[in-house]
Amino acid sequence: MEQPLTQHIPKDGGWLHLKDYEKVGGYQGLRKALKMTPKEVINLVKDAGLRGRGGAGFSTGLKWSLVPSPDQVPGPRYLVANGDEMEPGTFKDRLLLEGNPHQLIEGMIIGAYAIQAEFSYIFLRWGYQNAEKAILQAIQEAYEAGYLGKNILGSGFSHELSMHTSVGRYMCGEETALINALEGKRANPRAKPPFPVVSGFFGKPTVVNNIETLSNVPHILDKGVSWYKSLSKCEDGGTKLYGVSGKVKRPGLWELPLGTSFREILEEYAGGMRDGYQFKGALPGGGSTDFITAEHLDVAMDYNSVAKVGSRMGTGTIIVLDDRTCVVGMVLNLEHFFAQESCGWCTPCREGLPWTERLLQAIEEGQGRMEDLKIFDDLTRYMAPGHTFCALAPGAMEPLQSALKYFRADFERHIHEHRCPWK
Amino acid sequence: MDTPTQRILTDEMIAEIREMYKHFPVKRAACIEGLKLIQKHHKWVSDQAVRELAEVLEMSPDEIDSVATFYNLIFRKPVGRHVILICDSVSCWIMGYAEIADYLKKKLGIQFGETTADGRFTLIPICCLGTCDRAPAMFIDEDLHRDLTVEQIDAILERYP
Ligand SMILES: Cc1cc2nc3c(=O)[nH]c(=O)nc-3n(C[C@H](O)[C@H](O)[C@H](O)COP(=O)(O)O)c2cc1C
Ligand code: SF4
Ligand code: FES
Repeated sequence: MEQPLTQHIPKDGGWLHLKDYEKVGGYQGLRKALKMTPKEVINLVKDAGLRGRGGAGFSTGLKWSLVPSPDQVPGPRYLVANGDEMEPGTFKDRLLLEGNPHQLIEGMIIGAYAIQAEFSYIFLRWGYQNAEKAILQAIQEAYEAGYLGKNILGSGFSHELSMHTSVGRYMCGEETALINALEGKRANPRAKPPFPVVSGFFGKPTVVNNIETLSNVPHILDKGVSWYKSLSKCEDGGTKLYGVSGKVKRPGLWELPLGTSFREILEEYAGGMRDGYQFKGALPGGGSTDFITAEHLDVAMDYNSVAKVGSRMGTGTIIVLDDRTCVVGMVLNLEHFFAQESCGWCTPCREGLPWTERLLQAIEEGQGRMEDLKIFDDLTRYMAPGHTFCALAPGAMEPLQSALKYFRADFERHIHEHRCPWK
Repeated sequence: MDTPTQRILTDEMIAEIREMYKHFPVKRAACIEGLKLIQKHHKWVSDQAVRELAEVLEMSPDEIDSVATFYNLIFRKPVGRHVILICDSVSCWIMGYAEIADYLKKKLGIQFGETTADGRFTLIPICCLGTCDRAPAMFIDEDLHRDLTVEQIDAILERYP
C-alpha cells in the first residue's frame, strides 16, 4: 500500500530535512510544474480529483481556477496554508507539519505558481512547537537551495514564503477569519461573497488550502493523474489521513486509500474497542460532524459515501462514543466548546449556542423537560446553513441533531429519571 | 492615577515591532505579533502595555484590547510562574479529563482561571491540543504531557518549582 504523504517521515519523531527529502523525489513535482503553464498545473490538479482535506471537500483545482489571472486583475495575490487545526478530535495536520515540512512548502510553491502568487503564508496553530521549529528551518533550507526567492530554478518565477503562529482561537481556521487574523485583527469571518479567491488578504485574491491538501500536490505533479487516482478506492483521488480517538485499543493516525471502510479503520487499525466497552457511535470527521452508528460501520470513508449516510467526512479524524460514556455529556462538552469559541458576530450563534449549552447542562443534571428537546429543533433551524456568517453554528448543531435522532432514548431517560444514568 | 514610571516596550522591542509591520500595507497588521512579543517578555499584557503598543501602531488602546481579548492565549491578567493549560475538548473528556481537572483543582487549591497563592501555578482549561490519540493531555508551559492519569500528576507537578 502506498503512503506518499507519510512514508518517509522519520520514525524517531524528527523531520525530513531537505537532503533526505530530495533523495526520495522531493522537489521533482515543482521542477515539472515550472515547465508547465499555470493553467496546465491547475487542470492537472483538477483532473487528479484532489478534494480539500480541510473539511468541506471542495475541488482544489477548481478553487485555484477561480482566482482571476494577472491579466484580469493585476497586482499581488496570495496563497495561505491553513494549519489552524483546532477542530476538537483532530490531529492529522500535526504529523505532516512536524514530519514533512518540505512536502508542504513544495505544494505551496506549486499552488502559488498555479495562481501566480508572489507571497504565501503558513498559518500555524499555537502549541505545535516542534512543527514551528521544523518549518522555520525548512523554509531556510528551501531559500538556500533556490526553491524559494527570486527566479526559482531559473524559471523566472519568484516566490516569498513566511509563517504566522496563531495565539489560539478555533475561529482562525475559517478561511476569511484566518485572513483577518493574518492582517492582525480579531478573527471574525467576513461576509461572503466576495469570496477570498477574489478578495482576500488586504483585499487581494487569496487561496486558502488545508495542510493535507497542499501536501498532496507535489505527488500529483510528480507522478501524474492516473497514479494519483489509483491510490484511492473511490471516484476522488489520493490517500487520506484517518485518525481514531476514544476508547479503542490503539488510538492513532494512518494514511490509507481514500474510501477505506469505517469498519476497517476501527477494527484493523485502531484494534477495535477496548475490552469491556461496546461501540455505540462515532463522529466521523471531528466535532462538527453528525453521528454515525453501528448500522453504518461498513460505510466507505470518502466525501460522497459519508454524505449518503447523513454525515460528513469532515477532517477524517474519528471520535468514538462507547456504551459507558454518556452521549448527553459528550454533546454537552461539544456545545460548551462551540459556545465558547463562537466569535459572537451573528445573533443566532451568539445567543443560540449558550442557550443550547444551558439546556443540555440542565438535562445532564436531571433538570431537563421534554419541551427542551423541541427547543433544540428550533435552535437548529435558527442556526441552519445560510442564517449565519460562517459554518461554525450549523456545524455545532450537527452532533446534537444526530444524537437526538439516534440516541433520543438516552436524552429521555435523563429527563424521566431526573439524573444522568451513566453517573 | 497611574503614572507609568518604567516603560514596558523597550527600544529594542519597538524596533522589532517596526520590523514586523514593514512588510504590511498598514501598521496595525503587527498588532497580534506585538502582543505576542510583549507576552514573551512579560508573561502577560497589562493595561500599560496595551497603551504603549497603541502608540507604536497608531491605534486606540481599545482597538488593541479588542484584539488582545479575542485570542485565548493572550493573557490580560497576571499569571503564575507556570501555566497549566488542560485540554477540556471531546476526546480528552471521553478519556477522563474531568478526573484530572478535579485532582488538579484540589491539589492546587484553586479553580479554573486562578493562580495559587504562592504564584507558582495558573490553571486554565483550553480547547483541543491536537493530540487526541494520546488523551487526556495538558501543557505546562511549553511541555506537552499526554496519556495522563491521576497517579502521575504529583510527579509531573514537582518538575515545576
Ligand atoms: C469554524 C471553522 C473552523 C475551521 N477550521 C479549519 C482548520 O483548522 N483547518 C482547515 O484546513 N480548515 C478549516 N476550516 C475550513 C476552512 O474555512 C476552509 O474551507 C479550508 O481551509 C479550505 O481548505 P481546503 O479546500 O484545502 O479543504 C474551518 C471552517 C470553519 C467554519
Ligand atoms: S456563525 Fe458564529 S462563529 Fe460564525 S460568524 Fe456567526 S457568530 Fe461568528
Ligand atoms: S480533545 Fe484533547 S487533545 Fe484533542
